[in-house]
Amino acid sequence: MNWFASIGRRGINVLRNLGRALLLLMAILRAPHGLVTRFREFLAQLYSVGVLSLLIISVSGVFVGMVLGLQGYYILSRFAAESTLGVFIAASLVRELGPVVTALLFAGRAGSALTAEIGLMKATEQLSALEMMAVNPVSRLLVPRFFAGVVSVPLLAAMFNALGVLGGYFVGVGLMDVDTGTFWAQMQSQVDFDKDIINGVIKSVVFGVICTWIALFQGYEAVPTSEGISRATTRTVVHSSLAVLGMDFVLTALMFGD
Amino acid sequence: MSALVSIRNLHFSRGDRAIFNGVDLDIPRGKITAIMGPSGTGKTTLLKLIAGQLVPDRGEITVDGQRIDQLSTKELYALRTRMGMLFQSGALLTDLSVYENVAYPLREHTGLPESMIRKLILMKLEAVGLRGARNLMPAELSGGMARRVAMARAIALDPMMILYDEPFTGQDPISMGVLVDLIRRLNDAAHLTSVMVSHDVPESMSIADYVCVISGGKIIEKGSPGQLRASNNPWTHQFIHAESDGPVPFHIGAPSKEVDFLGIDE
Ligand SMILES: Nc1ncnc2c1ncn2[C@@H]1O[C@H](COP(=O)(O)OP(=O)(O)O)[C@@H](O)[C@H]1O
Ligand SMILES: [Mg+2]
Repeated sequence: MNWFASIGRRGINVLRNLGRALLLLMAILRAPHGLVTRFREFLAQLYSVGVLSLLIISVSGVFVGMVLGLQGYYILSRFAAESTLGVFIAASLVRELGPVVTALLFAGRAGSALTAEIGLMKATEQLSALEMMAVNPVSRLLVPRFFAGVVSVPLLAAMFNALGVLGGYFVGVGLMDVDTGTFWAQMQSQVDFDKDIINGVIKSVVFGVICTWIALFQGYEAVPTSEGISRATTRTVVHSSLAVLGMDFVLTALMFGD
Repeated sequence: MSALVSIRNLHFSRGDRAIFNGVDLDIPRGKITAIMGPSGTGKTTLLKLIAGQLVPDRGEITVDGQRIDQLSTKELYALRTRMGMLFQSGALLTDLSVYENVAYPLREHTGLPESMIRKLILMKLEAVGLRGARNLMPAELSGGMARRVAMARAIALDPMMILYDEPFTGQDPISMGVLVDLIRRLNDAAHLTSVMVSHDVPESMSIADYVCVISGGKIIEKGSPGQLRASNNPWTHQFIHAESDGPVPFHIGAPSKEVDFLGIDE
């Protein structure tokens, strides 16, 4: 009977945390005026969450694009279909790899930092101090960070895609002698704006919400000790990654299932 | 004159553990009240209950005539602008300078022009003797200085009451003396009501007008420092005179020595 009770307890805990996370998200979304009054804070966060993630995103984008160029060329050339290499690279990036890999990198680079920052502010009683100064920590701290994350992820994904296509072009056209004209022409005619680009953007907005939300929730609810913060940071990365991959399947099924 | 804070039949627990079990306490206006007790008895928790950051399970807490647990968020925030709280660590906002930390409540809650804010900040920093430290960042301050900056911030809006959480812990004798002196001076000069939670007995007894000793979720004894020094309650006596053995045993419950040291089973 013991394991039965412990499964029950775990289930209740998961549900309770989900509930608390939802309440926090509602509190954030209910205070978007915090974005106007804290616009400078929002810009500062846009810098630390978004701009500082640019390097890792750009480098990863180039490498992923180059790998796509190689693998795509090996397989497509077997069927004498090298001319479609451009489509293959662009569609893979825009539909899947751009949003997903960007979100995973974002969770590791920016999400973990957000969790550690908020958790440490909690441990050093800065959150309580704000409350005692009659300042709502959700609108002062979480709102600007949340929207900075949600705005950053799609922009980072766009950057990832652009550099990925260039990386693929470099390998496909530069090293493997695919024809430049067909590379770009096929890409232009076969990648659909609504179906591919818009859906990709929707995905990365959703992933941005998920990653930033999880990061802020974990920081806000962290046990205020050094061990608690370290565990919360790990949880941010693990939960974000799983949520992004799972959500990607759901969104793909909904979007591309004709 | 009625009490500024009055607590009646307070019950509060964390999980299964009861932290307060029927506490009654009145905090008089204009005085320094020290609440003392060993670590982990719930002193910080009591301050958070008074400030409305936690809600009692049962009983009532009234601050300046308002039932704190029944206020709306807006009313609670309005009341909090009239309270200052000094956290154990100072809790300065680490991304802002000393000057900006003290300015923070003024900028949030008053529409004062910058020139006026500047004068107020310099006055508050002067009161704690740190006008010269205005451009430092919190990380560059010693523990005692950080606490004094936090004090300047706590009095920025001229509150009616300040709550101090362990103001003396971890201070060297000099900065301890400075803090003791400051708490007294601020209380008397600004007609504040001060509530101080501490386990530093001599310092607390030296400035408090009124002392209350809590342990095990209850108030053990309350009165003036003189009354408590003369108390013949054995628990109070042990705590105030810092004796290692007494009603609170030096040895916490353990198996008998024969079992532990000689490995004899039962
Ligand atoms: N956020 C919390 N969650 C669970 N238990 C807590 C929390 N904060 C404090 N406690 C527990 O409540 C008790 C009282 O804590 P506290 O008020 O900080 O004591 P004190 O300030 O007297 O040292 C402690 O045993 C502590 O472990
Ligand atoms: Mg404490």
